Amino acid sequence: MTSTAGVPPVSTHDTTAVKPRGRKLTGYWLILPGAIWLGLFFVIPFYSLVSASLYDPAGSVLTGYEMTWHVANFADAIGQYKVQIGRSLLYAGSATALCLVIGYVLAYAIAFKSGRWKNLMLVLVIAPFFTSFLLRTLSWKLILADDGWVVDTAQALHLTNVLNLIGLTSTDDRLLATPFAVIAGLTYNFLPFMVLPLYASLEKVDIRLIEASSDLYASPIRGFFKVTFPLSLPGVVAGTLLTFIPAAGDYINAELLGDTNTRMVGNVIQNLFTAQGDYAAAGALSVTLMVIIVGAVLVYVRTAGTEELV
Amino acid sequence: MNSLVRARRWVGQHLILGLGLLVLAYTFVPIAIVVLMSFNDSSESRNVYKFQEFTLDHWLHPGSWASGMSESVWLSIQIALLATLVATILGTLAAFALVRHRFAGRSAANLIIFLPMASPEIVMGSSLLALFVSSGFGGQLGFWTILIAHIMFCLSFVIVTVKARLSGLDDNLEQAAMDLYATEAQTFWRVTLPLVLPGIVGAALLSFSLSFDDFIITNLNAGQSVTFPMFVWGANQRGVPMEVNVIGTAMFLISIAIVLAAEVARRRQSKALAA
Repeated sequence: MTSTAGVPPVSTHDTTAVKPRGRKLTGYWLILPGAIWLGLFFVIPFYSLVSASLYDPAGSVLTGYEMTWHVANFADAIGQYKVQIGRSLLYAGSATALCLVIGYVLAYAIAFKSGRWKNLMLVLVIAPFFTSFLLRTLSWKLILADDGWVVDTAQALHLTNVLNLIGLTSTDDRLLATPFAVIAGLTYNFLPFMVLPLYASLEKVDIRLIEASSDLYASPIRGFFKVTFPLSLPGVVAGTLLTFIPAAGDYINAELLGDTNTRMVGNVIQNLFTAQGDYAAAGALSVTLMVIIVGAVLVYVRTAGTEELV
Repeated sequence: MNSLVRARRWVGQHLILGLGLLVLAYTFVPIAIVVLMSFNDSSESRNVYKFQEFTLDHWLHPGSWASGMSESVWLSIQIALLATLVATILGTLAAFALVRHRFAGRSAANLIIFLPMASPEIVMGSSLLALFVSSGFGGQLGFWTILIAHIMFCLSFVIVTVKARLSGLDDNLEQAAMDLYATEAQTFWRVTLPLVLPGIVGAALLSFSLSFDDFIITNLNAGQSVTFPMFVWGANQRGVPMEVNVIGTAMFLISIAIVLAAEVARRRQSKALAA
C-alpha cells in the first residue's frame, strides 16, 4: 500500500453497539456489491496466484501454461532467490525498527505535548502522502547525491566510515546506491504508517496513570518503560505490522535508491512477471513472500501478546 | 544560576515536542525538493538529478512537457475519478451494512475488508495479474484492468473511513427526528447522510490520491497503458524530466487547499451551531 492517509487501523471486532435496524436482509443487500468486488478481485486472485505457482515452468505466456502441480517451483524459486528474500526481510525489519524509534517520538509529542496544535500536526503527518511516492523517493536521490552536503557532513563526522564498517555502504564516499540508502528510503516512506497507530494508542493512555507513577517516585524514564510504553503496545504492534508488510514487498526504494546488490524480492517478482513472463516462478515467489509474512505476523502477534490484532 | 535552572527546565519540558517537530520537518524535506525541482531548468544535462537553473517554463508551458506525460496525467485522472466514484458508493453502502445491521458473516466481512490494507501490493498485484491471465484477459490489460484493481484497493479504505465516522455518530439526533414524525427515508436524507458526509468526502479524497499515486499494482496490470507514476518510473531510466515535479507540487497544493477548506468549513459550522 502506498498510502494510508489518515486512517488509523481499525479493530476488526469493533465494540460499538450494533443496532438491529430495518429488515433482516437489508444488511446483505448493502454489503453485497462491495463483497462481490472484493471476492472477485481480491480473494479469487489469491487462488489464481497459488495455481500459477504450481504451473509447469516449461510454459510461456504465448503458448499457455499447463497445470501440473509442479511443487518444485517453490524449491527452485526459494533456492534461486533466497538472498533477495533474506534481504527484503532484513531491510524491512531495519526500516521498521527505525520507524518505531523515530515515529514514537513524533507520536508521543503529538499525543502529550502538542496542545492546541494537535490537529495541525496530525494533518502534517499525512501531508507527505499528498505528493507522489515516486517523486518523494526520487528526491532522496538528490539529498544523498555523491556531491551533496549530506555525504560531505557524514564524511566530516566519519559516519560514512562507520556505515561502511557495519556493511551498510561499500565505500567511504557514497551513500546512494547502498543498502543504507534503501533502508533510509523505506524508513522515510512508511513512517506515517507507524505514527498514526502509535498516536491512536498513546492518546488513549490515561495521563493519571503516568502521574501516579511519578507520585510513587518513579523517574520519568522508569515511568515511561513501566507505564506508558506497555500501555501503547497495541499501537506498537499495529504500527510495526503496517510498516513491515508494505516495506517487505516494496521494490521502488530498492530500484531508485539502490543498485543491483540491493535488489529485494519485489524487484524479482516484478521482473519475472513483466520482463521475463515466467509466471510459474513469479507466482511461487509471490506465494512464498505472502506465507513468510503471514507466518511472521502470527508469531509476532502471539509473542507481543496483544488481544487487539490491529 | 536561577536562570540556568529555568532554562534547563524549559528544555526538559519542550525537548520531546522539539524532537517531534524535527521529525515532521524531516518528512517535509523531500516535498520541498519536489517543489524546488519544479522550477529547475535541467536542459544542460538531463541525467543529473540536481538543481541547475531557475525557470518558470515547466509551470507556464505544459506544451513543452516531455512527450507522453500529459497523456499519462490525463489517464491517471480519469482512472482516479472513476475508481473514486465506484469505490465510494460501494464502500459507503458496505459501511452502513457493517455498522447499522447485524447479519451472519459480519466478522468474516470485516476481516476480508482489512486484508487488502495489510497485504503487500506486489502480492495483490501479481494475484490479479494471475487471475486476468488465467481467465483469458491477459491480452486486454489496460484501462479496465487498472480500474478494476484500483477500485479493489480503494474499497477497504473507504469502508474503514466511513465506518469510523458512522460509528462515532450520536444516534440521539436520529431518534429525535423519528420522534418528530420524520419517516425513515426523511431521517436518512435529512439527518443521517449530512452527518456522515464529511466521512464520505474524506474517503473519496483518500481514494483519489491512492489511485492517482499507485504504482506497484498498476504496473503489473497496465499492459501498454501508462499512468503518471508509470511515466515517472519509465523516465527514471533515461533521466527524469523536471516537469514531473510540477504535477507533484500541484497535487500537494490542491490537497492542502482541500484540507484547509474543509477545516474552515468545519469551524464555521461549529460556530454557527454554537451561536
